[in-house]
Amino acid sequence: MAANGRILPLALRDLRYAAGGRTLIDRVSLQIAAGPTTLMLGANGAGKSVLMRLMHGLLAPTSGEIAWSDPDPERRRRLQAMVFQRPVLLRRSALANIVYALKVARVARAERERLAVEALESVGLLHLAHRPARVLSGGEQQRLALARAWALHPEVLFLDEPTASLDPSATREIERVIQAFDAAGTKIIMATHNLGQVRRLGDEVLFIHQGRLAERAPVEQFFSQPASPEAASFVKGELPWK
Amino acid sequence: MDAIAQALHGALGLIVAADRALLGIVALSLQVSLAAVLAATLLGLPLGAAIAIGRFPGRRALVILLNALMGLPPVVVGLFVYLMLSRAGPLGASGLLFTPPAMVIAQAILILPIIAALCRQAVEDAWIEYEEQLRSLGARGIGAALTLVWDIRFSLLTAVLAGLGRASAEVGAVMIVGGNIDGVTRVMTTTIALETSKGDLPLALSLGIVLIVLVIALNAIAHLVKDAAQRRYG
Repeated sequence: MAANGRILPLALRDLRYAAGGRTLIDRVSLQIAAGPTTLMLGANGAGKSVLMRLMHGLLAPTSGEIAWSDPDPERRRRLQAMVFQRPVLLRRSALANIVYALKVARVARAERERLAVEALESVGLLHLAHRPARVLSGGEQQRLALARAWALHPEVLFLDEPTASLDPSATREIERVIQAFDAAGTKIIMATHNLGQVRRLGDEVLFIHQGRLAERAPVEQFFSQPASPEAASFVKGELPWK
Repeated sequence: MDAIAQALHGALGLIVAADRALLGIVALSLQVSLAAVLAATLLGLPLGAAIAIGRFPGRRALVILLNALMGLPPVVVGLFVYLMLSRAGPLGASGLLFTPPAMVIAQAILILPIIAALCRQAVEDAWIEYEEQLRSLGARGIGAALTLVWDIRFSLLTAVLAGLGRASAEVGAVMIVGGNIDGVTRVMTTTIALETSKGDLPLALSLGIVLIVLVIALNAIAHLVKDAAQRRYG
């Protein structure tokens, strides 16, 4: 489904977002094309999550423009999925959570169960299909959230620090699933402040600093020769504002 | 002290003997209050959910009004329903005054704001947690609201229970619209008020004991259901 989608490329033009008298995103312009895994890197509060929500349409920009290549808003929405830092699951079984998402996405009733089972299998949760989703462990819940996204076969998958509250082994599992998404041709746009994760998963880095796009570079170059002083000190593990 | 002991002894006697008059009064009380709760729940939950999720002018005022109405004085509700149903009132032709249905109407009006206001709060709190995820999946409007209400159904039990507690404990509204007619509209609370003033303490006390036991039992059951659900569904 992702192959015949084509809502990418995504273009942001002079994007601004302000709330409560503070400018959280400040004149960001960029193009995001299909293909490479894009990692948004930055300190807490730099604006990664806000920028991601603007792209996904959960927030409306104060000014500027967000343009997908597909003009049909329904198709645009249908071909995006997002996984949040803390997964929000419904009080029903793991399987029923995915079936619900497929139902909302207007997938034919006869198809829902098969797609849901397939998705659970792909994240290694099939044996927990009938377990209530909310009693699963944190790592399992996040894998279920990924499975829910998987079942929708999005062209673009937004990930907002999906491993920030997980232990290392659960994190490895999540990263494995993310790599599988990437291998299946899904465009990954992921926010993180974990440098190791950037090296493991990323192709290119968007470095966000104080609401601005401070730097954009391929991962290797970003680590070996960061162009901006903020990125350089972030890579060295220093706080950029000191 | 002796009088209290005697009254208590008489009261327990009535309960143990399953006195017919006592059982009739208890049964009518339960019928009236449960019917009122059913009606107020069917109206109050959708109303509360709609106010929680909807964005419309006057919403804030409505929320404040709803919260204020949680403290409606039962006698005022009774008076209002009395005026509506009395011979000269707009609904006088229905002939409902001094019948159990009139008591159901009065209690339903009394507890509708309680159920609606508590539901609104619960749904609004849940919406904060669910909103982004549901919007990301493409759930909107009534569909999203129904998903939310169903997902927090066990929390909403608390709202319904608060309504039931209020309905079964109030005396002013049912006294006015029911008239406290022996064998027809006499319920636990109105009987307690009447028998106490007449000096028949054993009957009053026995009803008081039954009322308290019932309220505790209903709360215990609801608590256990909620607990079991929490363990089952998280």
